[in-house]
Amino acid sequence: MAETSNIDGHGHDGENRRDFLYLATGAAGAVAVGGIIWPLVSQLAPNAREEAAGAPVQLNVSAVEPGMVITVVWRGGPYFVRHLTDEELELAADAPEDIFRDFAPLAARTGGPGVQPVDETATADENGAGATGGKIGRWAVMSANCTHLGCVPTEVDTGLDGWVCPCHGSKFDITGRVTKGPAPTNLPLPPFNFASEDILVIGADA
Amino acid sequence: MSGHSTYQPTSGFGKWMDARLPMARLMHDSFVSYPVPRNLNAFYTFGGILMLMLVSQIITGVVIAMHYTSDASTAFESVQLLRRDVSYGGLMQNWHAVGASFFFIAVYLHIARGMYYGSYKAPREVLWILGVIIYLLMMATAFMGYVLPWGQMSYWGAQVITNFFSAIPLVGDTVREYLLGGYSVGNATLNRFFSLHYLLPFMIAGIAILHVWALHVTGQTNPTGVEVKSKQDVIPFTPYATIKDAMALVIFFAVMAYFVFFLPDYLGHADNYIEANPLVTPAHIVPEWYFLPFYAVLRAIDFNIVIPFTDIVLIDSKLGGVLAMFGAIAILFFLPWLDTSDVRSGNYRPLFRIAFAIFVINAIFLGYLGSRPAEGIWVPLMKASTLVYFAYFIPILPLLGWIEKPLPRPASIMDAVMEKSQDEGAAHIEGSAAEPNTKG
Repeated sequence: MAETSNIDGHGHDGENRRDFLYLATGAAGAVAVGGIIWPLVSQLAPNAREEAAGAPVQLNVSAVEPGMVITVVWRGGPYFVRHLTDEELELAADAPEDIFRDFAPLAARTGGPGVQPVDETATADENGAGATGGKIGRWAVMSANCTHLGCVPTEVDTGLDGWVCPCHGSKFDITGRVTKGPAPTNLPLPPFNFASEDILVIGADA
Repeated sequence: MSGHSTYQPTSGFGKWMDARLPMARLMHDSFVSYPVPRNLNAFYTFGGILMLMLVSQIITGVVIAMHYTSDASTAFESVQLLRRDVSYGGLMQNWHAVGASFFFIAVYLHIARGMYYGSYKAPREVLWILGVIIYLLMMATAFMGYVLPWGQMSYWGAQVITNFFSAIPLVGDTVREYLLGGYSVGNATLNRFFSLHYLLPFMIAGIAILHVWALHVTGQTNPTGVEVKSKQDVIPFTPYATIKDAMALVIFFAVMAYFVFFLPDYLGHADNYIEANPLVTPAHIVPEWYFLPFYAVLRAIDFNIVIPFTDIVLIDSKLGGVLAMFGAIAILFFLPWLDTSDVRSGNYRPLFRIAFAIFVINAIFLGYLGSRPAEGIWVPLMKASTLVYFAYFIPILPLLGWIEKPLPRPASIMDAVMEKSQDEGAAHIEGSAAEPNTKG
């Protein structure tokens, strides 16, 4: 039976011409549906102009004295640029690691020129939150949208406390490391570098 | 349910039409001769009210859309212009905004009625699920509508709610970018929200038709929970239910009109009269009142869920909060199977009545907590209240079905009505008159 059905192509066991046509039609249909859905989904993405507006921005920060914070806009979202004082760097370096939910060393949270390792404190205290392997910068540049649900945290500026989010109560230190509240991670760092002593570039690494 | 059609076309045109497109017959069978239980109380009028609310929202919405521009630079201005300079524009805008709140008041009463009288139980599971889908669509529509005036609460509400999606592991940020059409809430977001806000009400209307269809297949429940057994148990929809619904509708719209005319901003937030500013968060972001209970659930989860005795984070606090919040809504889909009791109506379930009362009070309290800041005593209270919310569904409802001893139920709807009218305090006849336990 099997042999004959294979010969005339109309048997019940094994593939025949009709099965092949079903499969081919189904496959062509699936490709067509996919081809329709693809542009419908793709148009949802940020458009070319939106992407172009996401290019790096340059700004002159020579007027930002130590202890000052400015908010700049990149990609439609706010970013904090904080010029840290020696005192603040010392506090951040001395803070015990276990108060941070998502610990990162001070060197990883800061950058910029005029880098001065904070004398002994940075390396001497083994448990210090500033314990480093790299250089500590004088500038903290971070996203100003809370990692919980995106609100802009408010500056508090008392000692180590840098920001508190008015929406759900997350707290961050002066370099944006989360200490309390529902925020799961530190305020993210954008790619940034200093093109010169005074020119901060947000959106591109060195 | 309705059996054979009793529609008799009288006019020549009626007969001609009936042979071609029997629309009048469908309407007659569904809303005139359609039999409803004779003992429906006032809580059964909210279905009709909700239908009218949907129509009212669509009409006012279409009208105010004629004056609205969905461009981030002019949206706020266009709404203010509508309110001040368009003839009756303020009335239309208030009616639409206040209408959204009253839509939710009606839907919450409608849901509570269904939960108390066991309207979700077999054979009405699909009817219930369609209702939950409508509720979900309503929430999406209301959220996107609230973004359109482009005030501070609009903007920051959109910011907070779209951020839910960035909690999805791995692809979250990309999903959010696709949702927003940008790296942050902006013009592209406003445009697509306007488009969807216009679309979704018509999807609600479509599901609502399925909801009514499913209702007319199984028939209404009623306060006794006993199914319709004979013609004595029912009365025709028109005039009896029609008049009752109309009466409730007039009262409901009168209360709503009071708000529209005299307290249009009572249920809103003053911050929404400040134009959206991406650099400044309002001191206290609060969603509209109808989302507050879920907002409290979201904020109750402020801790990471870790694998015991290790530091490995299984679900971080952000994802945990979002999951709990969506879970609080999603659990409604499973309600028909979580309630294991054979008895439909809460009237005959003494323990259930207590549990349900606690659930309702707790849900209102959860809403109050949602309006409080996430600090101090409020956080533990949010956690406790969230726990009580979920406890109602699991394990209380499944357990009650086994441990509760229900009261005897009347043999039929007619019996219940007669008993009530003869003697308000008449003793129930145990045993013989009780409906046999039939678990469907």
